[in-house]
Amino acid sequence: MESELAEILAPYEEKKGVLIPVLQQVQEKLGYISEEAISQIAKTLKLSGSDIFGVASFYTQFRFVKPGEHTVKICLGTACHVRGGEQILNTVKSYLSIDTGETTKDGKFSLERVACLGCCALSPVIVVDEVVHSKMNPLKTANLLSSYYQGGGDEV
Amino acid sequence: MNTKAEMNLITLNIDGQEVKVERGSTVLEAAKAAGTYIPTLCYHPDLSPFGACRLCIVEIDKMRGLPTSCTTPADEGMVVHTNTPRIQELRRNVFELILSEHPWQCLTCPKNGRCELQEVASHIGLGEVSVPPIYKNLPKDTENPFFRRDYNLCILCGRCVRMCQEVRGVGAIAFTYRGGQAMVGTAFDHSLQDSDCKFCGACVDVCPTAALMDKSSLWAGIPDRKVATICPYCGVGCQLKLEVKDERIISSVPDPDGIVNHGQACVKGRFGIREFVHHRERLTAPLIRRNGEFKEASWDEALDLAAKKLKSYTAGELGVIASAKCTNEENYVMQKFARAVLGNNNIDHCARLCHAPTVAGLVQSFGSGAMTNSINEVGDAACILAIGTNTMEEHPVIGVEVKKAVNNGAKLIVANPREIDLCHFASLWIRHSPGTDVALLMGMMRVIVDEGLLDSAFVKERCENFDTFRESLKSFGLDFVERVTKVSRDRIIEAARMFATHSPATILYAMGITQHSHGTDNVMATANLAMLTGNVGKPSTGVNPLRGQNNVQGACDMGALPNVYTGYQAVADPAIREKFEAAWECRLPSSPGLTLVEMIEAAYCREIKALYLVGENPALSDADTQHVQESLAQLDFLVVQDIFLSETAEFAHVVLPAASFAEKDGTFTNTERRVQRVRKAIEPIGDSRPDWWITCQLAKRLGGRGFDYSCPFDIMEEIRDLTPSYGGISYERLESGGLQWPCPTNDHPGTPILHTNIFTRGKGRFIPLKYILPGELPDEDYPLILTTGRSLYHFHTGTMTRKVAGLNIIEPEGAVEISPQDALPLGIAQGDKVKVSSRRGEVITKAKVTEVSPPGVVFMTFHFAESAANILTNPKLDPVSKIPEFKVAAVKVEKI
Repeated sequence: MESELAEILAPYEEKKGVLIPVLQQVQEKLGYISEEAISQIAKTLKLSGSDIFGVASFYTQFRFVKPGEHTVKICLGTACHVRGGEQILNTVKSYLSIDTGETTKDGKFSLERVACLGCCALSPVIVVDEVVHSKMNPLKTANLLSSYYQGGGDEV
Repeated sequence: MNTKAEMNLITLNIDGQEVKVERGSTVLEAAKAAGTYIPTLCYHPDLSPFGACRLCIVEIDKMRGLPTSCTTPADEGMVVHTNTPRIQELRRNVFELILSEHPWQCLTCPKNGRCELQEVASHIGLGEVSVPPIYKNLPKDTENPFFRRDYNLCILCGRCVRMCQEVRGVGAIAFTYRGGQAMVGTAFDHSLQDSDCKFCGACVDVCPTAALMDKSSLWAGIPDRKVATICPYCGVGCQLKLEVKDERIISSVPDPDGIVNHGQACVKGRFGIREFVHHRERLTAPLIRRNGEFKEASWDEALDLAAKKLKSYTAGELGVIASAKCTNEENYVMQKFARAVLGNNNIDHCARLCHAPTVAGLVQSFGSGAMTNSINEVGDAACILAIGTNTMEEHPVIGVEVKKAVNNGAKLIVANPREIDLCHFASLWIRHSPGTDVALLMGMMRVIVDEGLLDSAFVKERCENFDTFRESLKSFGLDFVERVTKVSRDRIIEAARMFATHSPATILYAMGITQHSHGTDNVMATANLAMLTGNVGKPSTGVNPLRGQNNVQGACDMGALPNVYTGYQAVADPAIREKFEAAWECRLPSSPGLTLVEMIEAAYCREIKALYLVGENPALSDADTQHVQESLAQLDFLVVQDIFLSETAEFAHVVLPAASFAEKDGTFTNTERRVQRVRKAIEPIGDSRPDWWITCQLAKRLGGRGFDYSCPFDIMEEIRDLTPSYGGISYERLESGGLQWPCPTNDHPGTPILHTNIFTRGKGRFIPLKYILPGELPDEDYPLILTTGRSLYHFHTGTMTRKVAGLNIIEPEGAVEISPQDALPLGIAQGDKVKVSSRRGEVITKAKVTEVSPPGVVFMTFHFAESAANILTNPKLDPVSKIPEFKVAAVKVEKI
């Protein structure tokens, strides 16, 4: 991990105005912005850790917890919202015992909410990793999630 | 006013009133100059304009919208309206929004009566808040020992963030998250202890609400009075205001108008004063040792006994150790006591252990052994060489100036074996081997001369002995320098070019230069470098030794040294001696006395039999302390005068309780030669008395004449009469700020920069130098180099700081810093208990495995009696200045 970071950071040593691209590359590589990454970036760019966190936490694109094995995205765009997206979100939250932006303790799932995935005819939808699951309801949602614990998952 | 200044002025109209301000001022500053009130919350004069609170909006003719006056530059002919109905309406709306997120529980708020929101509210005249209130319900930070953080009261003005970032250059806090969730915080919302925070308290001082509050005075209410005085910790001499309520100090706050510190302080001055002054262990009555135990006694008993005993020895058997923590007036009285009453020149103080080589070295080079320039000039330097100084920890407020210079684009060269905080914003960090400073500096000068980067005109016109010096550079070929210093030749060349080509360039140094067995050579090397590049006698240049104790400069100035009277007038000079004999109405000894280290040695050999020791702690602070303690135990009679029962006082026969700096009047002289007023804030604790009073009482009992001073003012008048460089320094003049010596007459403005037209000694003298090895080098038995220093959170032997609970929460104990490369083969892990031993002794401490220390070098602070670094240090002396080699000792570290 340290060497991966060093590779990303090498071209930016002591440069100014490069924080956001650096953060983006780090997130692309590690999947999130870790504490270690922030202290490493701080050293390279001669910024304080708090400053970097301040910038990163301003943008929703950056996450600070390690993503789970699977990423669950719940759409709350207009169509999904009207057709019960909120209920789906609540089902996932209580099923996984996490809030949006968090990862389950076992590292299996992380949860995100998004605004419109462009498939409104299928609403409400859940996207697990890259697979879209359409016309969801709470029961289907629970079944979908439980299937991942039974080794199925991707086939559902 | 001259025409140039006139041309720089612009005229604008504010609410119908014409006002002239300097070009570059903002509309808000112009309004202030016109005496017009505009409400502000995010504005602070020390910070960049922010425009966040939107309260300072104004209308400006021919300008669209309602600009914020704090961010709008004033311009010629502007017509500004600050208080139209339209502005008032909008301000009320803005203020309502601010108040909707700030609870209105003023009666139960510790800031009640001092809150800036209340002040703004009273001006804006808000009838009601129509926006529904939001309470964020954030947890309060109670972990941090010095200030309470309650962000439910925060209005996001960002003053704290900008202060931490812009002025202190730390950036421990930032705005985090976004929109309604936005707040001030740290990375990952860690506690401040786990962030970069240095607890300087600058954020607390600028907070307009009770979001950040000093914990110690949280519920103390509004102080009865504020007394302006000088911080008793380091030599920077920050102006503080002691807040007093019911005759107790409740807080110490840096003075925004302080000429040295501009409203800044460090954790010790901000949070480390109240507790030690009022500590229950303060000495409150004289003590006499009876049957091996201390028993309280009356002043008469104690003083009579001390006088009777001191009388029974010959002059040569007596010695006085004065104190760099006491005022000028007190040090003057002490040296007068030693010379006029005891009849010898055996007087010295701890300057011997810090800057004796500075005095010895710079006198030879320049003719005057003190900082050549002033602290406020550092910020304007184009290049700073910080060698042997851990400025951010040891002189934090000068560190603020260094950061200011770097922010202004200055090049910072840090030469230090350890990766200190300064390294993180240095342009170039030179990690030379401890004890190789002469080689490094001479190597740099060799490059400067070889490449023709020297200031030939300056060298020719202002200096002498250059040719001999140039000869001595021949032995500093880069191959040799590279091998000795372990710094690559490229870095040495880069440093030399950087220093020589950026003007003005200044040199800052501290104990890393002086505390060597060749400390005087190190000092002269810095002086050579400054002269070679023409960096003496001009603003933001010079050789600037940063002095450690609050009044170590003053104690030297006052002649608490074995070879000079006040103002460095030699005791060996018959004319000078006659002057003092006439003034003091007595015969004075002509031969210089013993230095501090020599007195301790003489005690060991029983040549010195009795010592009068004021406010020092040699049992912990001197090199090879086991030997020092044995020497103290040899004394027939030891009088210790202090505010606490120090490790040294344990050896005393009579202990005299002294008043602290907060309980007396006087003056301190800071590192930049600035004499400043110390003012009494409270009455002496218990039956303690000011040091000057005690010494005078003792002197009178021994038949001394001329000790009938009624107050420190009388003493200062006598000092002025006898000391040319202090001649113009009167209490009356000091009321309007400090004065930098030399200040010979009442109409002399003081001297911020020394050697401007001519060096004190005439011409600056280049001194040829040789590389000399440290007194002790690592070998098979003791394979590591131990170097010692100070931490930000403690001061010297901890007599004061270890009485402050908060400082002990942050740094409760000592440790030995060791590099991972050295720790691994020894099987030492973080926090392991280890034994550090040298040829002098051993100490048990904890290991701190860190890359701050380079391989082969370990580091300890000397604050902690239970793991006293000075048990290990090498007492080998510099032959000129008699300073021991605190900075290099061979040791071994073992896991236990």
